[in-house]
Amino acid sequence: MKVIVVGNGMVCYNFCEKLRKNGSNSQFEITVYGEETRPAYDRVHLSAYFSGKTAEDLTMAPASWYAEQQIRLITGALVVKIDRVNKCITTHQGTTDNYDVLVLATGSSAFVPPIPGVDKQGVFVYRTIEDLELMTDYAKHAKTGAVIGGGLLGLEAAKAMLDLGITETHVVEFAPRLMPRQIDDAGSRILQSKLEQLGLCIHTSKSASAICGGEAINGIRFSDDTQLDVDMLVISAGIRPRDELAVASGLEVGPKGGIVVNEYLQTSDERIYAIGECALRNGLIYGLVAPGYEMAEVVASVIAGGGREKAFHGFDMSTKLKLIGVDVASFGDPFADGEACRTVVFEQTAKGVYKRINISSDGKQLLGGILIGEAENYNMLLQTCKNKIVLPPDPEDVILGSRGGQGDGGAGVLGLPDEALICSCEGISKGAICGAVNDGCETVDAIKQCTKAGTGCGGCLPMVKDLMVYTMKAQGKYVRNVLCEHFTYSRQELYDLVKLHRLNTYDEVLDHLGTGDGCEVCKPAVSSILASLWNEMILGKNNDTAQDSNDRFLANIQKGGTYSVVPRIPGGEITPDKLIVIGAVAKKYNLYTKITGGQRIDLFGAHLADLPAIWEELIAAGFESGHAYGKALRTVKSCVGSTWCRFGLLDSVSFAIRVEERYRGLRAPHKIKSAVSGCIRECAEAQSKDFGIIATEKGWNLYVGGNGGSKPQHAQLLATDLDSETCIRYIDRFLMFYISTADPLTRTATWLNKMDGGIDYLRNVVVNDSLGMAEQWEREMQALVANYACEWKVAVNDPQIRKRFSHFVNAPDEKDPTVRFESMRKQKKVTDWK
Amino acid sequence: MMNRSSNDSITWFPACKLEDVPANGGVCVKYNDEQIALFHFARRGEWYASQNLCPHRQQMVLSRGIIGSENGEPKVACPFHKKTFSLVDGHCINGAECAIKVYPVKVEDGQVFIGVSKCVEEVYA
Ligand code: SRM
Ligand SMILES: Cc1cc2nc3c(=O)[nH]c(=O)nc-3n(C[C@H](O)[C@H](O)[C@H](O)COP(=O)(O)OP(=O)(O)OC[C@H]3O[C@@H](n4cnc5c(N)ncnc54)[C@H](O)[C@@H]3O)c2cc1C
Ligand code: SF4
Ligand code: FES
Repeated sequence: MKVIVVGNGMVCYNFCEKLRKNGSNSQFEITVYGEETRPAYDRVHLSAYFSGKTAEDLTMAPASWYAEQQIRLITGALVVKIDRVNKCITTHQGTTDNYDVLVLATGSSAFVPPIPGVDKQGVFVYRTIEDLELMTDYAKHAKTGAVIGGGLLGLEAAKAMLDLGITETHVVEFAPRLMPRQIDDAGSRILQSKLEQLGLCIHTSKSASAICGGEAINGIRFSDDTQLDVDMLVISAGIRPRDELAVASGLEVGPKGGIVVNEYLQTSDERIYAIGECALRNGLIYGLVAPGYEMAEVVASVIAGGGREKAFHGFDMSTKLKLIGVDVASFGDPFADGEACRTVVFEQTAKGVYKRINISSDGKQLLGGILIGEAENYNMLLQTCKNKIVLPPDPEDVILGSRGGQGDGGAGVLGLPDEALICSCEGISKGAICGAVNDGCETVDAIKQCTKAGTGCGGCLPMVKDLMVYTMKAQGKYVRNVLCEHFTYSRQELYDLVKLHRLNTYDEVLDHLGTGDGCEVCKPAVSSILASLWNEMILGKNNDTAQDSNDRFLANIQKGGTYSVVPRIPGGEITPDKLIVIGAVAKKYNLYTKITGGQRIDLFGAHLADLPAIWEELIAAGFESGHAYGKALRTVKSCVGSTWCRFGLLDSVSFAIRVEERYRGLRAPHKIKSAVSGCIRECAEAQSKDFGIIATEKGWNLYVGGNGGSKPQHAQLLATDLDSETCIRYIDRFLMFYISTADPLTRTATWLNKMDGGIDYLRNVVVNDSLGMAEQWEREMQALVANYACEWKVAVNDPQIRKRFSHFVNAPDEKDPTVRFESMRKQKKVTDWK
Repeated sequence: MMNRSSNDSITWFPACKLEDVPANGGVCVKYNDEQIALFHFARRGEWYASQNLCPHRQQMVLSRGIIGSENGEPKVACPFHKKTFSLVDGHCINGAECAIKVYPVKVEDGQVFIGVSKCVEEVYA
């Protein structure tokens, strides 16, 4: 059977793929005629062209793919005539070709309203790669621009203009609000203010009456007689289905355009089908790619002999706006109101967040909604809506998130029926994805390759990953928790391997155990492992560039690019002389000073090039690094304790200093903090620390796994009434167990929360030595303690390392001229960023 | 502006000596009033250069970022919020930030040169 497809857009390509899958090469002889000069490309991601993607990157498949599939692809050929009687088409070059089945996939073109002057230079539409090339060229000489149309596409075009360097970009919308078809008034107001923050000027309720200028545009005139001066204009006022060929051949078209089709996508001639953006079904044009793919599926099935099994029953037009830097999504019926419906709205104007859901009046079903500013829940809500999943008793939870209690990230996906469409671009159901996982696809990439899920807009990838993890867990499989694409090991496995092979540098680790060049995820993680294992100077052996920025420059980077300096003040105890030195240094280098929440002093606003000199002076006065920049021991706070306090049971300050000096510089998966209180009044807040110590009548109580931060949590009691030596040994074991097994950037609290058996298991390991590791851990900790050296002391004495502390490699004495300070309460502060 | 440097009218200026740049890391180079981040991918024997300014919060820090690759594509991660940018064409790999400018680099006799095109100079003059 000879199949001809007219138009080589995204839908045509998808159709070819599907037809080849359904039938053998000999069953169908496929020929494709495309007007554009290049094979079908990804129009949905067209705007990525402005962030550097090339035409090749966007291509759906190169010409060679068509050849391999034995599909004749003829580009640069416009089909101008269909002779339906003889079943023959003619191209503009006059070539003819016969068909048994003809598929029209001619898409649509940008609709340009008949405003006088639209043909001037500098007026563009936004549809093809050529349009973008022309815009790019023209934008070089333009300073101001406008987009007519404030819908999905118009906003995308406006972002593109900003990216092209047109700093003054206007959006003109005829309706009283932006995205009138997707979102409501309140949502649109929030969207508008967010876009204004991004630098767009928005004009609603405005209609253009003429384009002004000579040969080239220099302004737009509006029906209210106002005028806007602009150097270029993009018109994005809607789409027009390309039905001219159908009209010329006498096929039925709709009153406003579009080729009329039945549920099998047949036109008024049963040998001719229409799919994609040119097809008109039940009075609707589906201007999205997913329904086009669905149509392609139906036709591929019908002509491959699938009979009437599949049909096109309309399609959900839920959408998520991409690219613009503001999350906007709408799904189901975003505007539903009236008797049969309850609406829940959550609005946080200051943060630019607006969420609306429409719920059936019995509270059971989600009818639709709008999300602006925060749309992570889009996929889940869309699925809940489409699959008519019964809502929880407090439906507002679906937009507010359940408050209190630990949310179970996966329960949502698990609750979906197998038919639930997860990837709507490619039409892949939950069942298909879980099936692929069962068949052995155990990475997201593998699932993408085998099912094509997530290869379109990519919005469903988080759900695909959840489904994968839950399916594998359901099979009792161990879900590999790998570091990143360069290492197929978990941190714990890597720690053991690095130790086993005695690897010392990041490069060695990568050579032995990884692939590629590394990245910002594995470099700091491996560096931390190396430091935890060997405790060598972290900037040695070329490991400096594998450190996170703070570790690389031994200081915390701040707004504006300056650094902070935090000398160690163990237990918070400091002599007047040392206080004076800190004051003098701060004055000399013009640093802002503040007492920190960790009982020490932070000096802020140091230029990179000043850091070595500052530290030289501090070191001379007996200070050392406080490791405020490292995933390492931070502070051991103390209360004043029995030396002064009338309630004090033990000398908490002395013990805090001992503990801090033992573990200083110890690097771990995340930072570690501690505190020692002299009695149960707990003035040092020890129970909020990774390990906290409280004096009792009989000794020390040791608590572990506390945390401040965003999810504060009290530490749990590990052992009671310990003497100082035993307390230290338990801490050694606890810390080594944590260091050798925790995931990167996991505090002790989270680590303990995830541990099977919790504190009881941990107590067994640490106190009763149930793993038989106690002795080894204590030995290893002792080696780390013995290897400690203040890294700032090493740095200031090494000319090679000092050299790295300059802003300009070719002007080492110049400081970054873009750093700006202001003054506030008699000190300096950094000028705020945008 | 687009990041494709047209081959016409490239001016090569000497940035620094090869050994001034740490292996698998970056430095910042001053060029008139511009700041350019220069990176040495020692493992691949490749050099890249880009603007030093991170477009996310307009911070002059990309030269201090961690470099690496994603599916083989060389990239740099900003130290502030870890936005990552391709060093081949400057596009933002993990977000909606606009692309950064990239520059060609060559090394001759231990001297590293960065190529700036005339058009860049005009725009940023
Ligand atoms: C300076 C200080 C605030 C102050 O002025 O008091 C501070 C400043 C910063 N904290 Fe903190 N934290 C400071 C005490 C705390 C405390 C209180 C404490 O230690 O008793 C907490 C809660 C206790 C805890 O950690 O459990 C605290 C919880 C955090 C967190 C959340 C950690 C978590 O587990 O969720 C972060 C973020 C992180 O580490 O990922 C953080 C991160 C930061 C960073 C490093 C953010 C950054 O990466 O730039 C800030 C560095 C500022 C700078 O430029 O130097 N800071 N931070 C305090 C320094 C204490 C010190 O002397 O070292
Ligand atoms: C900037 C932009 C962003 C978009 N973003 C999204 C999005 O986020 N999500 C989404 O779902 N959709 C989006 N869309 C819409 C999506 O691109 C279209 O729905 C999809 O491309 C339609 O595919 P199609 O194959 O039907 O038509 P097209 O891709 O338009 O292809 C039709 C092809 O047929 C050719 N042709 C027409 N007539 C003839 C003829 N007589 N002879 C030969 N060839 C002919 C045309 O030149 C064209 O190449 C976006 C569109 C644009 C322009
Ligand atoms: S609480 Fe937040 S703002 Fe304050 S110092 Fe800590 S990290 Fe910075
Ligand atoms: S400033 Fe670079 S990522 Fe935020």
